[in-house]
Amino acid sequence: MSEQLQPHTQHHIKLSEESLQKQTTTLNLGPTHPATHGVFQNIMEIDGERVLETVPTIGYIHRAFEKIAERRPYYQITPLTDRLNYCSSPINNMGWHMTIEKLLGLKLPKRVEYLRVIIMELSRISDHLVCNSVIAVDTGALTPFTYVFQYREKIYEIFEEICGSRLTTNIGRVGGFERNFTPASFLKLNDFLKTFPKVMKEFEALLNRSRIFMDRCIGAGPISAERAMNYGFTGPNLRATGVDYDVRVAQPYSSYEDFDFKIPVGTVGDVYDRFMVRNGEIWESVSIIHQALEKIEKIEKEFPDQKEVFYAKEADHFHIPAKEDVYTKMEALIWHFKIIMGEIDAPAGEVYHAVEGGNGEVGYYLISDGGRTPYRLHFRRPCFIYYQAYPEMVKDGLLSDAVITLSSLNVIAGELDA
Amino acid sequence: MGLTNEIIKQRLTDKFGEQLTEWEVPYGLQTFRVPAEMNLKVMQFLYDDEELRFRFLTDLTAVHFPDRKGEELSVVYHLHNLIDNIRLRLKIYVPIENPDVYTATQLFSGANWMERETYDFFGINFIGHPNLIRILNVDEMDYFPMRKEYPMEDPTRRDKDDEMFGR
Repeated sequence: MSEQLQPHTQHHIKLSEESLQKQTTTLNLGPTHPATHGVFQNIMEIDGERVLETVPTIGYIHRAFEKIAERRPYYQITPLTDRLNYCSSPINNMGWHMTIEKLLGLKLPKRVEYLRVIIMELSRISDHLVCNSVIAVDTGALTPFTYVFQYREKIYEIFEEICGSRLTTNIGRVGGFERNFTPASFLKLNDFLKTFPKVMKEFEALLNRSRIFMDRCIGAGPISAERAMNYGFTGPNLRATGVDYDVRVAQPYSSYEDFDFKIPVGTVGDVYDRFMVRNGEIWESVSIIHQALEKIEKIEKEFPDQKEVFYAKEADHFHIPAKEDVYTKMEALIWHFKIIMGEIDAPAGEVYHAVEGGNGEVGYYLISDGGRTPYRLHFRRPCFIYYQAYPEMVKDGLLSDAVITLSSLNVIAGELDA
Repeated sequence: MGLTNEIIKQRLTDKFGEQLTEWEVPYGLQTFRVPAEMNLKVMQFLYDDEELRFRFLTDLTAVHFPDRKGEELSVVYHLHNLIDNIRLRLKIYVPIENPDVYTATQLFSGANWMERETYDFFGINFIGHPNLIRILNVDEMDYFPMRKEYPMEDPTRRDKDDEMFGR
C-alpha cells in the first residue's frame, strides 16, 4: 500500500491505535434515524458496504404495560393494547376483548362477530399499506406512499365514525361494541370498497414488476423457513418463507371459519416475498369484508330485529348501558357506576388467546385470581420475537439491504417495547 | 388432527411417569408442571418425538406468587405443534432465592430475547444463556420490577390508598 492511501498519517487528528488498526467501520443506525421508522438502535460493524455484525438495542419506549395492567380493571386495559401495534390497534383491542370473553365463556351473536371481522380486516389493510408503502419509500419511490396513504386516511375515517378516534381506537367493549354502527359508517365503508381496489391495482402496477424495485428487493434479507420457525416468526414474515400458518385458519376466532379466503405464501422469505405476501393479504382482506357485509345483510333480511344487535346480552355486566337508560333507569345507573368504578369481578382462570395481528400472532396470556384486575397479563408481541432474527438476516448483506429488511419486517416500536 | 390432549398426556406419562404433575386443561389448553431441573429434558422430548412434534415456542414468561413459599417464581412455556395444530403449556416453579432455570436457547433461537425479558422483569437466572443481560429496562436497574413486592402506586400516598375499590 502506498503512502497516499493512508490518510491518517497525514492529518493531525489523534485516533486511538486500535481504531487505526481496524479495517472496519462502526455505524450507529438509530435510535432516531429516518430509516428505522421507530425508536430503536442498531450498532453495525460494516466493511465498506457490507454488514459484518449487528447489535440491536431496544427498550427506548418501554412503558411497563404488563405492570400497569395488574392495577387496572379489565376495560381500562383496552387503551393499553392500542399502543402496542399502533398501526393496527383495533386488532389488539378485539383480541383483548376476546380474551376476556373466553375467560367469561361468552358467545357472541353472529352479527357482532362479522362486524368485528370487518374492523379487523380494515386495520389489517391499513397496517399492510403502511408497511408496503414504506418499503417503497426506503427503496426511493415516494409516490406510491403518498398515493395509498389517502386510503389509510379513509380507513381511519371509518374508525372515527364507529368509535370516535383514529389511531389509538379503544374500539369495542367486552361482549361487542360500545354502540351500533351508524348508517354513515356503512356508507363510508362501501365507498372505500368501491374506490380502493382501483388504487391498490395502481399501487401494484407501480411496484410489483418494476425492474428497479425487484432488483432492490429480491434476495435482500432472506431467511429460511426452518430458521424462521426456530426464531418464532409468525404472520406475513413467516408466510413469506413458505409456511402457511395463520391464526385465523389454525384457531378460528370471531367466526373466521365462515369465510372463504386464501393464505398467500412466499418461497424464499426475502424482502420481495414479504412485500408480495402483504399485497396478497390486502386483496384477501377486501374479499373478507365483502363477504362479511353480505352475511350481515342476509342476517338482517332474515331477522330484522338483529339490526339493533351490537353486543351480547349475556355480557350485560361488562357493557356500559346506553346514556338515556342511565339517566332514567335505576338498574342501568347502578351498572354504569359499578362498571366505571371497576367493581366487576371476573372469574378466576388462566387463558391464552391469540389473534392474527398485522405482524403475526398477538397472544394474551391472562391469569385472573377472581378480582377486578388481572393477576398477571402477558402480551405475546410478534415484533419482539421476530426482531431478534434481524442480525442474522442482514449479516453479509449490503447496508442498503439492511435498511429495507428492517422496513419489510414491519417492526413497530410500540409492540417491540410494550 | 390426530393428536389430542389425551394422547399427549399418555405419551408424556409413559416417558416421564410420576414426575409430571398438576395436569389440567383450562380452556382446552393442556397444562402440566415439570420439575425445574427437567424442563429441557421434557422440551427436548416434545421436540424430537415423531408423534408429538412440539417445535414452535410461542411464548415464554414468568409469574410471581409471593404466597407460595419455596416456589415463588413460575416460568411458563407455551409450545405449539404446527403440524397437528395443537398447543401445550408447561410450567416450572423455582424458589425466589435461587431462581435457576436451564435455558431453552439451544432448542429455540427465539427463546433468546424472551428469556432476557423474563430475566429483566423477574430475575430468573437462565443457566447457559449466551447473553443474559437486561433488554427493555436500563442496565443500571438493580431490581426486578414485575415482582409483586413493587407496587404500581407510591405506597406512601394517602389519596391513592383506596380501601373502597380493591387493590
